[in-house]
Amino acid sequence: MTSTTGPSVLGRLLRNPLGLISSVVLTLIVLFGLASPLSPHNPNRALLELTNAPPLTGEYLLGGDQAGRDILSRLMHATLSTMLACLVVLSVSLLLGVVTGLIAGYYGGWFDAISSTTANAVMAMPGFVLLIALYAVIGPSIMTAMAVFGVLIAPSYYRLVRGLVQTVRSELYVDAARVSGLSDFRIISRHVLRAVRAPIIIQSSFVLSAGIGIQAGLEFLGLGDPSAASWGGMLQDAFNNLYIARINVVWPATLVSVTTLCLVLLGNALRDVLQEGASQVRPLRAKAVSRLRAERERPEGERPEGERPEGEHGPEQRPEPGSGGEARPDTAGAAEPLLSVRDLVIAYPTSPSAVRDVVRGVSLDVHRGEIHGLVGESGSGKSQTAFAVLGILPREAVVLGGRLRFDGADLGSERVLRQVRGRRIGYVPQEPMSNLDPVFTIGQQLVYGLRASTSISRATARSTLLDLLARVGIKDPRRTFDSYPHQVSGGMAQRVLIAGAVAADPDLIIADEPTTALDVTVQAEVLDLIRELREERNLAMVLVTHNFGVVADICDRVSVMKEGRIVETGTTSQLFANPQDEYTIMLLNSTLDDAVERPAWAEVNPT
Amino acid sequence: MSVQPLLDCRDLRVSFPGRGWRAGRIEVLKGVSLRIRPGETVGLVGESGSGKTTVGRAILGLAPVTGGSITFEGADLTRQAARERRRGANALQAVFQDPYSSLNPAMTIADILTEPLLGRGSSRAGGRERVRELLDRVGLPADAGSRLAREFSGGQRQRIAIARALALQPKLIICDEPTSALDLTTQARVLDLLLEIQEATGCAYLFITHDLAVVRRMSHRIAVLLHGEIVEEGDARQICQEPRHPYTRTLQMAAPVADPARQRERRLARQRLARGQLAGDHQ
Repeated sequence: MTSTTGPSVLGRLLRNPLGLISSVVLTLIVLFGLASPLSPHNPNRALLELTNAPPLTGEYLLGGDQAGRDILSRLMHATLSTMLACLVVLSVSLLLGVVTGLIAGYYGGWFDAISSTTANAVMAMPGFVLLIALYAVIGPSIMTAMAVFGVLIAPSYYRLVRGLVQTVRSELYVDAARVSGLSDFRIISRHVLRAVRAPIIIQSSFVLSAGIGIQAGLEFLGLGDPSAASWGGMLQDAFNNLYIARINVVWPATLVSVTTLCLVLLGNALRDVLQEGASQVRPLRAKAVSRLRAERERPEGERPEGERPEGEHGPEQRPEPGSGGEARPDTAGAAEPLLSVRDLVIAYPTSPSAVRDVVRGVSLDVHRGEIHGLVGESGSGKSQTAFAVLGILPREAVVLGGRLRFDGADLGSERVLRQVRGRRIGYVPQEPMSNLDPVFTIGQQLVYGLRASTSISRATARSTLLDLLARVGIKDPRRTFDSYPHQVSGGMAQRVLIAGAVAADPDLIIADEPTTALDVTVQAEVLDLIRELREERNLAMVLVTHNFGVVADICDRVSVMKEGRIVETGTTSQLFANPQDEYTIMLLNSTLDDAVERPAWAEVNPT
Repeated sequence: MSVQPLLDCRDLRVSFPGRGWRAGRIEVLKGVSLRIRPGETVGLVGESGSGKTTVGRAILGLAPVTGGSITFEGADLTRQAARERRRGANALQAVFQDPYSSLNPAMTIADILTEPLLGRGSSRAGGRERVRELLDRVGLPADAGSRLAREFSGGQRQRIAIARALALQPKLIICDEPTSALDLTTQARVLDLLLEIQEATGCAYLFITHDLAVVRRMSHRIAVLLHGEIVEEGDARQICQEPRHPYTRTLQMAAPVADPARQRERRLARQRLARGQLAGDHQ
């Protein structure tokens, strides 16, 4: 462990209750074994009068075994030998598995091919049976047997390390290190080992517990060195004597099971500690949510200082109590909007009792046939607003205020949401590929989605969807229908998802960066398609984007978002021609559309 | 071109083995020729799958070159042994697209910035001084060195990646979509930084991107890549104002401009062009 992770990992491990208990117990067991030179008696000294003596008889604290030897002393020596055996297993398997795994994962090629085949072959062998068979060759040396076991278990390290290294190998920082001129040895020691270290440590605790089990098993079967004390051997002795001295079974059995149990628990605790994400925040409890909601209801002044949202509502977004919606000059008197969002507040928990607001009082209206752009930079809350309309916010998000109305119905109710989602509100996501299930054909997914929201037959759904696929510009709809997602391009996949979104003939589409993952030429075609569909079906749309070009191309109205708030809203032509807010002006100035080409190099460097 | 080019790629070919048993090789670059003069920025524009990233990776020695030559400062990189190449790495550096994957999240900024100096016999104290210089150069506070990469935002990380590329005072930096993961305002600032660095150090850039607006802002010369071949190459002004190849024209008209009136014109022109091409295909 290096200084960057060392102390904190140990500290976190000891703060984890299971980690604390298991490490304390394991430390005690190790100390017990290390103290064996100080054992009260020679483990092989037999006192006939103390044969099968119960605990606390004479000099024997835990009693005597069937040969009259001190059980406590024998346990201490057996613990030491188990520790040595663990050391043998670990060093053999680590050396073999990690080194070959590193080489195979980093370089690949023929070494990878040969070592992977070998590892698979070794893993396929029944280890325990092999060890018993090897007894004939290696004789009663438990250390040799454990070394062989180390070889047998090495493939588990090999596979782990190889997989991890392959992942790290494709990271750009490894490429950057190569470009910087670092040798492979340096790259492996700086970057690769750092990444595989934690999983190896976790794996080791499981390997050790397996090793202890195997060792005890072999000795129990009498395949160990009969002259040395061992957990398995003592267990066997006690078993042979079960009817005479029952209690003798307890000591070795307890040690074996407690040690393996603690190793497994330690491994789990290590996994929790080493692999926990930094930002793992649990969803708030219902009680905390209602408390926070109640607090927001109160006037601003009464709110405790620490829980005030980081900024206050901007004047143009301040809720007007009782006014029932803002009167904007261009929407006043117009028909009831299809979608109306009022004073939406969304927050994410930062601790079990505190939250951070990401959407801070957003209000917007979308009318039938209108495309409303929601534009802003990352973290502005634009996607969160869109997700809230669909009711697909992440589990830990909490809506702390605001009303969402769709065609007169309250989207705050789960029942209404279930009725309209997919039927009357469609969704087009950002990443077309990750929103298609790779194990089903495109047709199966589309039919499933359509039949989940309407009550039409499979055949009708199929013909509707085939027509729609043709409509969204797919040349061979039948073939695409029967294809798996990986068989179509990204632009094609987005067309499929658009077809799926409009299949149930919705009134509103929520599109979250629908063209961001696409090439510009494909983006232009998809925008054309969206425009045509809007005209055909009088669709309303909320289009989330960061691209002002897309806004200029397709949106009727725009809302510019910054830090969870709408800073400016207006018709597209108005906003571009005459932006009011400073932030909008800054964003528009950052676009490179009007950048002047650089002069030719020869003009700058006359020869 | 009387000046000796800094980088001269001739007929560069790269192919990868196909997937599956006895699959043929897939040729990603089909003979790309590219020259970059000292202090010049050449923009390489293309869409996904055009092979633009592969051009950069081939020059950096990260993709297998199967044909052609890459001459950098007079030496053919494709014929160099790994050890020799490592020694020459000073002059050729890179800034990658993804600022999250290109910095090891578990390392401190100082460790990342001194990495290129490893094995070049620089003293530790000198290293610390250099870290401060580099951070200053890219506009980050001097105390950033002791923090971990994961504590920084995308734009800041890209500044760190640029600082790392500058550590060895390179003559050519391959910039592979350095701003496409960044927000608009951050992108503008990072691009300004790159221009400023070029002004100060005289380094050349190969600027790889899918965004014509970015490339116009950055490049003296632009090459347009389509399916592993350069279809058009010329001075930025010519490519942007009088594109000759139909693909360059399509690309340009497809990029939406942030002005509703001009975008409407552009869209109509694009749709006319597309219909014309369609009609042409049917003849």
